[in-house]
Amino acid sequence: MAEKLFGASIKRREDPRLITGKGQFVDDVRLPGTLHAAFVRSPHAHARIRSIDAGAAKKLKGVVAVYTGKELVASGVKPIPVGWLIPNMKVPAHHPLAVDRARYMGDAVAVVIADSPYVARDAAELVEVDYEPLPVVADPAKAVQRGAPAVHDEAGDNVCFKWQLGDKAATDKAFAGAAKVVKQSFRNHRLIPNAIEPRASLASANPGTGETTLWVTTQNPHVHRLIMAAFVLGIPEHKLRVISPDVGGGFGSKIFIYPEECVVTWASRALSRPVKWTAERRESFLTDAHGRDHYSDAEMALSADGRILALRVNTIANMGAYLSLFAPAIPTYLYGTLLAGAYQTPAIHVDVTAVFTHTTPVDAYRGAGRPEACYLIERMVDLAAGELGIDPIEFRRKNFIGKDKFPYQTPVAVMYDSGNYQGALDKALEAFDYPAFRKEQEQTRKKGRYVGVGFSTYVEACGLAPSQVAGALGAQAGLYESATVRVHPTGKVTVFTGSHSHGQGHETTFAQVAADELQIPMEDVEIVHGDTGQVPFGMGTYGSRSGPVGTAAIYMGTQKIKEKAKKIAAHLLEASEADVVYEGGKFSVKGSPGRSKTFGDVALMAYLAHNMPKNLEPGLEAISFFDPGNFVFPFGTHICVVEVMRDTGQVKVLRYLAVDDLGRVINPMIVDGMVHGGVAQGVSQALWEHAEYDENGQLITGSFMNYAMPHADDLPSVQVDRTETPSPVNPLGIKGAGETGTIASTPAVANAVMDALSPLGIKHIDMPLTPGRIWEALRGR
Amino acid sequence: MSSITIQVNGLAETREVEPRMLLVHFLRDALGLTGTHVGCDTSQCGACTVLLDGRSVKSCSLFAVQVEGRSVTTIEGLAKEGKLHPMQQAFWDQHGLQCGFCTPGMILSACELLARNANPSEAEIRAGLEGNYCRCTGYNNIVKAVQQAAGAR
Repeated sequence: MAEKLFGASIKRREDPRLITGKGQFVDDVRLPGTLHAAFVRSPHAHARIRSIDAGAAKKLKGVVAVYTGKELVASGVKPIPVGWLIPNMKVPAHHPLAVDRARYMGDAVAVVIADSPYVARDAAELVEVDYEPLPVVADPAKAVQRGAPAVHDEAGDNVCFKWQLGDKAATDKAFAGAAKVVKQSFRNHRLIPNAIEPRASLASANPGTGETTLWVTTQNPHVHRLIMAAFVLGIPEHKLRVISPDVGGGFGSKIFIYPEECVVTWASRALSRPVKWTAERRESFLTDAHGRDHYSDAEMALSADGRILALRVNTIANMGAYLSLFAPAIPTYLYGTLLAGAYQTPAIHVDVTAVFTHTTPVDAYRGAGRPEACYLIERMVDLAAGELGIDPIEFRRKNFIGKDKFPYQTPVAVMYDSGNYQGALDKALEAFDYPAFRKEQEQTRKKGRYVGVGFSTYVEACGLAPSQVAGALGAQAGLYESATVRVHPTGKVTVFTGSHSHGQGHETTFAQVAADELQIPMEDVEIVHGDTGQVPFGMGTYGSRSGPVGTAAIYMGTQKIKEKAKKIAAHLLEASEADVVYEGGKFSVKGSPGRSKTFGDVALMAYLAHNMPKNLEPGLEAISFFDPGNFVFPFGTHICVVEVMRDTGQVKVLRYLAVDDLGRVINPMIVDGMVHGGVAQGVSQALWEHAEYDENGQLITGSFMNYAMPHADDLPSVQVDRTETPSPVNPLGIKGAGETGTIASTPAVANAVMDALSPLGIKHIDMPLTPGRIWEALRGR
Repeated sequence: MSSITIQVNGLAETREVEPRMLLVHFLRDALGLTGTHVGCDTSQCGACTVLLDGRSVKSCSLFAVQVEGRSVTTIEGLAKEGKLHPMQQAFWDQHGLQCGFCTPGMILSACELLARNANPSEAEIRAGLEGNYCRCTGYNNIVKAVQQAAGAR
C-alpha cells in the first residue's frame, strides 16, 4: 500500500451498475405474486369522513381488498410516533389512514390492493368517500390568529409548541443600549424535496417463518424497522427485515416513517402476499414531507462602530397537519442554535411558535433549520452593513469569531468545534477580485444594467448528534453510528455500516477509509449498507453525518481489528507484541524486517485457529459504535454575482464561487459534486422553487408543470474551492459536506439581488425572487 | 389484449399487452428491463427516456402498441460487447451521477444531443438536456461528461 486513499478523487465503484441500468431501486425488485396498492386520498384540505363505500371498487376484477382507517385501527395499527419531544408539545395522533377527518390535501383515507397497479388505480377511483368539507387554514401566520379553524381538537389555537433559546434579559439590555437597530421580516417559503426517485415500498410476509421483509426507500432502515415494529405495527423487531437498496436521492424526505410503508407492510401480513406501492409524482408532491415554511421577525442591535451587540428573532414555523418524525427538531435545535452564525454576537434570543395547518407535514429538507437560520443572519448582516454604510465584507470581518477563539461557546447553546472564517473569506477573495467588481458595477450601472454581488459567510452544524447533548435537547434517540468490520479468512474485508448511501458514494469513500486503515488494497474491501438483516443497528444518513460519524465508526472498528491481528502476528512471529509493527500491510518485528506476516496470513490463522495466542478467541471481526462528543461545524464563504433584468425582473446568475471548509475530505471529487448539487438547490430556493397553497389548502404547485425545479440551462457552473480546518470531534477530522451548499447559497443569491437593486432603494424582497416579484418591486421606481 | 413485436436492444420481443400499457411499463414489467425509470407523471423529468429509432422519447408518454414494429434502445443496450458506450464512460469519469436514478434517461438524452450536434457549446449542452431533471448534481458534472463524450467522438 503506497498511495494514501484518503484524500484521493477515486472514481465511484457504484457507478458501473448505475450507468448500465443494473442498479436495483425498490420499484425494480420483482417478487412473484405481488399485489399492488393504490391510495385513496382526500381532495379536501380539511373534511369530515362521513362514510366510505368500497362496494364498486371491490367488484372490479383483480381487486383483492380495500381497507379504511377504521379497519386498520380495529386490527391494532397504532399512530405513527414523533421522535423528538419539546416540552409541553401537543402530539395529535397520526394514523396511517385517516380515521375521522382528513387534514391535508392528499391525506390517505383508504387503500386498494389489486393484482396490477393499473387495476388498483382504477379501483381507487371507484371508492366513494362522503366528505363533509370543513374550514381550512393553510398559512401558519393565519393559523395562530383568533378564530382560525383548529386542525386538531387538542390544539384549539393550532399551537403545537412554543420554544425559546438564549438570554432574554441580556438581549433586551443590549438593545436598550444600541446605537442602531435594524429590523426586517422574512418569509422563508415552503419547498418540496423532489428526489427524482419517488418513494416506494414492497413488503413480503412469509407465513411459513413469520418473517416480513420490507424494501423501502429510506435513508435509515433500522429507524424504520424500530418504529414500525415497536410503535406502529407491533411486529417483533427481529421478525421484520428492512432493506433499502439503491435509493434515488433523499435530501431528508426519505428519513421519515410514512403511512404508505406501514399500510403496505400490514396488508402483506394480512394477505400473505407481497404488496407493493410506488408513488406517482403527484403523490410525492402531496405527501413527501415538505421543507422550510417560516415567518420570522428579526432585529439586530448594533454599536456605533459597527459591531453586532444582539439579535432578537421571533419565528412562526409551520408543522403542517401532523408531526412528522423529526419535525419538532427542525425549527428549534437545528435552527435556534445556529443563529450566532460566524459572528461574535454577545446576546441572542429566539422565540419559536410551531403551528399546525391543513397542509402536508413539514420536516427536514436538505439543511433542515440551518438554511432558515443562515438566510436570516446573512440577510441581516447585509442589511446592517447597509444601514451603517459599511461594506458588507468589512462588516463581516469586524464581527467574525477569530480563529484563536475555538472551541467557541455561542450564546445559543452550541459550542463550535473549530474554525477560521477569515481564512475562508480570504481564499474566496483571492479568486474573486472584489475591488475590480465594484468598479465594473459602477460602469454597468451607468449603462442602466443592474449587476450585484452577494456574500454568505456561513456556519452550519453537521454530524448529528452527540447522544448526551441530543438527549438533553429532547431527542428520543442518541445519534451514534455503527460499523462491523469483518475480516474473512483470505484477508478480504466486508464492512457493514449503519450509514446509508442514496447518492453519497459510501461504497467508494468508506472503502477508501477502511482500506487505508487496514493497509490493504481497496478492491479487498466491500461496503454493505441498507439491510437490517446484515448490518448492526445504525442510525442512517441525514444531517451530513455519514462522514463525521459513520466513517468514524469504521475507523474505530479497523483499529480493533489491527489490535487483535497484532496479537496473533506477535504469536506467529514468536515476538513480544510490543516489538511488532504493522507497516505496508505486513506485521514484522522491529529490527528484523525479514520476519513478517501479511494481513492475509494473520486473517487465515484467526480462522484456522490451531496456533493462536492463549486466551484469544478465534475469528477477526469487530463491531464499533461511534458516538461523537459534539456536532461538527463546517463553514465557508460563498460569492454569487447576478444580473437583474430591469424590463422583465428576471435574475441571471452570472457567477458562483464556493469556498467551503469541511474539515478533512476523503474524496474531493465526490465532495465537489455534493457542493454543486447543494448550491443548485439553494439557488433554486432563492429564485424559483415555491410550494404554494391557496386559501382552501389546495396545493397549486403540485406537479413539475408548476413547481419550478431547475433545468440544466437555468443554472451556472459552480466554481468550488476549499480551506481545511480539521475537526477535533472525530478521529478523521471530518466536518461533513452534504448540506453546506444548500445552506450557504440561498442568502448569497438574495444578497446579490438586493445589491443589484440597491441603486433603486430596494432593501429587501421576499423569496423566491421570481421575475413577477421583482417586477412588482421595481414598478414605479 | 393486443400482440405486439418491438425490437428492443436488437432483439425482437413479442408480447400480449393491454392497449393502455405504457411503453415504460412494457420495458420494465413485461421485459424486466428496469434500467428505464419513472420519475414523474407529466413527462417532465426524463428519467424514462429511451431511444426510438435513434431519437430520444419519453417512454412514459407512449403506449407500447404505438411503437409496434419499431426499434427501441434502452440503457441496457448501450454498452456493446462489455465495453461502455463513450457517454457512459464519460458519466463515470466526470462523476456525472450521484444517486443514479435520472442517469439512464440523462445518458440517452445526451447521446441524442451529440447525434444532432457533434460539437455543442456549454450553452447548447444545457439547453439540450432541458427535458431531463437531475436533483443531485446541479448538472455541473453532467455538462462536463457530455463535453468529454463529445471530445471522444
